Amino acid sequence: MWRGLVRTVVILGGLGAATGWVLTQATPLDDTALAGIDADPANGETVFTAAGCASCHAAPDAEGEAKLVLAGGQRFASDFGTFIAPNVSPHPEAGIGGWTLAEFASAVTRGVSPEGQHYYPAFPYAAYLHMTEQDVADLWAYWQTLPQDATPSEPHEVGFPFNIRRAVGVWKQLYMTDDWVMASAETDQIARGRYLVEALAHCGECHTPRDALGGLDRDAWLAGAPNPSGRGTIPSLTPDDLTWGSTEIAYYLETGFTPDFDSAGGHMVAVIANFTKLPASDREAVAAYLKALP
Amino acid sequence: MVENTFQGVTITMKHLKLAIALAALGCGTAAYAQDDFSAQLKARQGQFRIMAINLGILGGMAQGKTEYNAEAAQAAADTLVAVSMIQQAPMWPAGSDDMSIEGTRAQTTIWEQNDDFLSKWADFGTAAKAIQASAAGGQEALGPLMGQVGGACKACHDTHRAPAN
Repeated sequence: MWRGLVRTVVILGGLGAATGWVLTQATPLDDTALAGIDADPANGETVFTAAGCASCHAAPDAEGEAKLVLAGGQRFASDFGTFIAPNVSPHPEAGIGGWTLAEFASAVTRGVSPEGQHYYPAFPYAAYLHMTEQDVADLWAYWQTLPQDATPSEPHEVGFPFNIRRAVGVWKQLYMTDDWVMASAETDQIARGRYLVEALAHCGECHTPRDALGGLDRDAWLAGAPNPSGRGTIPSLTPDDLTWGSTEIAYYLETGFTPDFDSAGGHMVAVIANFTKLPASDREAVAAYLKALP
Repeated sequence: MVENTFQGVTITMKHLKLAIALAALGCGTAAYAQDDFSAQLKARQGQFRIMAINLGILGGMAQGKTEYNAEAAQAAADTLVAVSMIQQAPMWPAGSDDMSIEGTRAQTTIWEQNDDFLSKWADFGTAAKAIQASAAGGQEALGPLMGQVGGACKACHDTHRAPAN
């Protein structure tokens, strides 16, 4: 009898481990994914700006045109270690110039590298997974127009146990979902705002609190959080706390001025530098979305 | 015009310069009186508040929220330039950063990268002079000029100011 029980436990344990192994696999998209999409690099530039790619992947302290050189090197401190943005310029060796569209889409929307490894979620693929296939293809088309840079990527400074990449697979099972936080968007404008806030601009990454495993607490969506890389607090954007009018929110995103003409600081400066380049209708859409939050 | 009067007295450049001179004197006497730097904090935070109030006057006109008034716009722009001329060093003594004392969001980078801090302050002065030169020339010019001033504010806050608590 005991032998039977042990055998059952071993079999169940083996099954569990096998299931875990499968569940935590990094599965790239099929090679043919996104094939046949007619890509528009001009829209790709808008996606690039709204998604804030350069804000993290440009060299530290890059200004102006230099922000388009995605050499990497910016450091992002966190509770799990320090992540260092890699070179993602179109350089064939130092950057990602040798990738296919499907590999790029796997990286951006699934957090999976061409080698089949999980990226750390400091890269906001849990937001980008909402990106439309058209936008991913357009973004990749625009990417090809960016300057190449030969600076080698630096390894992340992440210690045990967070350096076990396989564990990121568990994290993905827990926190990656196709569902929008705002389940229904009442108008087209709010839907556009939802796409900008929840997907491209990944506002929740800083404005939503995280649990012990670093996953976003979707029940406290955009309700403010401790600054992930430093002191202070990232403010709440829910209507109870952010009482600015829609035009004031849009003006802030355009100029960085609050309604009482204080000015933005910290990482929000980079966010505003992006939003100011987007059409006014996009800034208004973000305001409409924030006003529609519960 | 309400913004430019205080209890019925019109604030002129002369008054403003006098006030700045008095404020500067205040800093000098407070420096050795105590080391919580409360006088310096009031002074430097006050100068930013004066900036915000006057940017509000210009921004309201730029957005069309308030009616454009050349005289009021000029007075606000002149005030920005006046603030940009306040010497900064006495208001930023070593040890008055947010790691050392309460009540400030001034990051240690202000002291560690002081040349950068002062060069960004100088950029604000350049932007203020640009808006001073054109403020009376009509409402249309205000928007882009506000953008330039805002750019100077953000460039400095990006590095040197901690998020609010």
